[in-house]
Amino acid sequence: MLYKVLQVKKLTSGIYLFKLQAPQIARKARAGQFIILRIDQEGERIPLTIADWDVEEGSITIVFMAVGTTTCSLSRLKPGDAVADLAGPLGHPTEIERFGTVVCVAGGFAIAVIRPIIRSLKQAGNRIVTIVGVRNKDLMFWEKELRQDSDELIITTDDGSYQRKGLVTEPLKEILDSGEPISRVIAIGPTAMMKFTSLTTRPYAVKTIVSLNPIMVDGTGMCGCCRVSVGDETKFACVEGPEFDGHLVDWDEFMSRQTTYLDQEKYSYQCTAGEQQGHRS
Amino acid sequence: MKERPVSRTAIPRQSARQRRHNFDEVALGYTAQMAVAEATRCLQCKKAKCIDGCPVGIDIPGFIKAITEENFAAAVNILKSDNVLPGICGRVCPQETQCEQLCILDKKGESVAIGRLERFVADWERMQNSPVFAVPGAAPSGKKVAVVGAGPAGLTAAADLARMGHGVTVFESLHTPGGVLKYGIPDFRLPSAIVDEEVNNVKNLGVDIELNTVIGKTETVDELLGRFDAVFLGTGAGLPLFMHIPGENLSGVYSANEFLTRVNLMHAYQFPTYHTPVKTGKRVAVIGGGNVAMDAARAALRLGADKVYVIYRRSEAEMPARREEVENAVEEGIEFVFLANPIRFLGDEKRNLTGVECIRMKLGEPDSSGRRRPVPQDGSQFQMELDVAIVALGTTPNPLISRSTPGLEVNRWGTLVCDETTGRTTRPGVWAGGDVVTGSATVISAMGAARKAARDIDDYLKGSAGPDQVWRENQAGNDRNH
Repeated sequence: MLYKVLQVKKLTSGIYLFKLQAPQIARKARAGQFIILRIDQEGERIPLTIADWDVEEGSITIVFMAVGTTTCSLSRLKPGDAVADLAGPLGHPTEIERFGTVVCVAGGFAIAVIRPIIRSLKQAGNRIVTIVGVRNKDLMFWEKELRQDSDELIITTDDGSYQRKGLVTEPLKEILDSGEPISRVIAIGPTAMMKFTSLTTRPYAVKTIVSLNPIMVDGTGMCGCCRVSVGDETKFACVEGPEFDGHLVDWDEFMSRQTTYLDQEKYSYQCTAGEQQGHRS
Repeated sequence: MKERPVSRTAIPRQSARQRRHNFDEVALGYTAQMAVAEATRCLQCKKAKCIDGCPVGIDIPGFIKAITEENFAAAVNILKSDNVLPGICGRVCPQETQCEQLCILDKKGESVAIGRLERFVADWERMQNSPVFAVPGAAPSGKKVAVVGAGPAGLTAAADLARMGHGVTVFESLHTPGGVLKYGIPDFRLPSAIVDEEVNNVKNLGVDIELNTVIGKTETVDELLGRFDAVFLGTGAGLPLFMHIPGENLSGVYSANEFLTRVNLMHAYQFPTYHTPVKTGKRVAVIGGGNVAMDAARAALRLGADKVYVIYRRSEAEMPARREEVENAVEEGIEFVFLANPIRFLGDEKRNLTGVECIRMKLGEPDSSGRRRPVPQDGSQFQMELDVAIVALGTTPNPLISRSTPGLEVNRWGTLVCDETTGRTTRPGVWAGGDVVTGSATVISAMGAARKAARDIDDYLKGSAGPDQVWRENQAGNDRNH
């Protein structure tokens, strides 16, 4: 079976939205879960968080940044093309309850995947404060969509080219200092952002959930590649996560494991980039 | 009359020097001449003990006799009526502890090489232009069975049930069928193409295989029971065990499952043509003494390691790995560190693995497994420099299904509670067999269990009672027996 590409949209520089035909996954998907994708017979199995799903259409939406071999090849697909393999929905869904006020923090292309989480939390009756951080104005997308489900939306840019200049942790700290009772913080995005969000909330003892994105192979608990130290325990992010208490995650270990194949990833990318060049000439 | 050779016919193999650098199969297989010579060694016992040693009950003297008559097609038909995966079993079955151990000639230390003959027959069929095995198909029963997992147990159950006339759909979580045969066993021991071929044979019986379907996630067992008349779980033991010692999550420490999955299933040894990488260290240690440890060590060597160590906490005599695989490993230059156990992994400031600290062990009194228990020797710590460490301490069943299926009981080790003779689980309508019931064992024992379950499923499907009634009666029977 092939998994057809139904829609392709470039959201901003290097960030793509793909709608893929996957009726079985759409039927079961919930906020916070992910899929494993393999683009072709030579491809890696990579995890991608589900950004949206449509049961009627039988589709799921993924949003990714074209940075490596698989994601760059993926970005070149057109509607009507297909990917070889898609498995899911995997991992536990985000815990959705009526918590009170929830601060949702997202960075980079994870702006897309926090959206279903915000939507579900909103439906459950929470007050939502959303903080998103991007490098510059051009990388911001879905502002309207996020505003729709958030009671408050704060946007930060590294260079000050749009709205607030600075990092997501600054407005977060202000909210925590304001005395408004915050029931929990949910952070999803680059590892450094999730780490510093957790460090920021720790002195306030506000429960902070992070959605980890380790390297995975099978994504079903079989290999242990995605293991992460949480408190005194080793957890497999694919089946016991991907969301964990950010105050308990051993961030340095996690970052080291994420970079295990950095050299090979670069080499692989150069090889496929070379291949692309070759095709063009 | 052909002359009967006294000793076993040797199997041609790649030299150790050559094979250290490739992933091609080590044993090259018998020629027809060798196979006939070896087959003539069989005494054709009237009460053939060897059959008792085979979990799927192959007519061993029968197929061997056909080889002596050079009627290889007949040999295929005898073999395949009991074993749908002969090319696989001929390569990876531990014949030395099963059929061959019971061979009357084994008393002289030279049993008939049943496994090699089985492999020869399977390979001979594969070389023919069209399939030789004629399928005696039963009339369609109109019943549908879901088989979860396309490994040795699932494929066997699927093939048997299809031949009995039932409609079978196999659900596989990975992108390719084969289970541990694909992700676990390396090409140099079991070429991927052989697995593909034998999986195709199962498909040709009319079995559908749905890939990328993670039962427990994509669909639950409950949902399957709504669509199928019976469910067989052959999901294996896929969850790797770790030691829970400091430093185990350093970058560079693998489970054998991960290391082998990258190398075998994802073809990391063909990186960058295939995109999945694997760390290829100069100094590699594998922890454990089973077949998986041997596979991982030999794969690491082939990826270019200078030194590959196998660290095992007992002595050579207690190693659970097949003799033949240990000998292969030794020939290839793998070094064994016996009576040693890691107590922590060492890393640099960037959390990359740099070594391991072990403690020497001494064998004490026998433990519950009957093997002498290793006891650490105080003050005997020593360190080894390493780039890569691979933990091969065994696996337990993946809990994805048991946790998502009400009424499916597991025992302390995470294996499914199951009736040994019928394969029935505690959930009406659900059968199981293989590693998910026994914990990690052999390909052939999983196939044997699947065969028993398939027979019971067939009986059940031919009866008129629903699963709840059958299970209740079964329960009553069990109570009476107590």
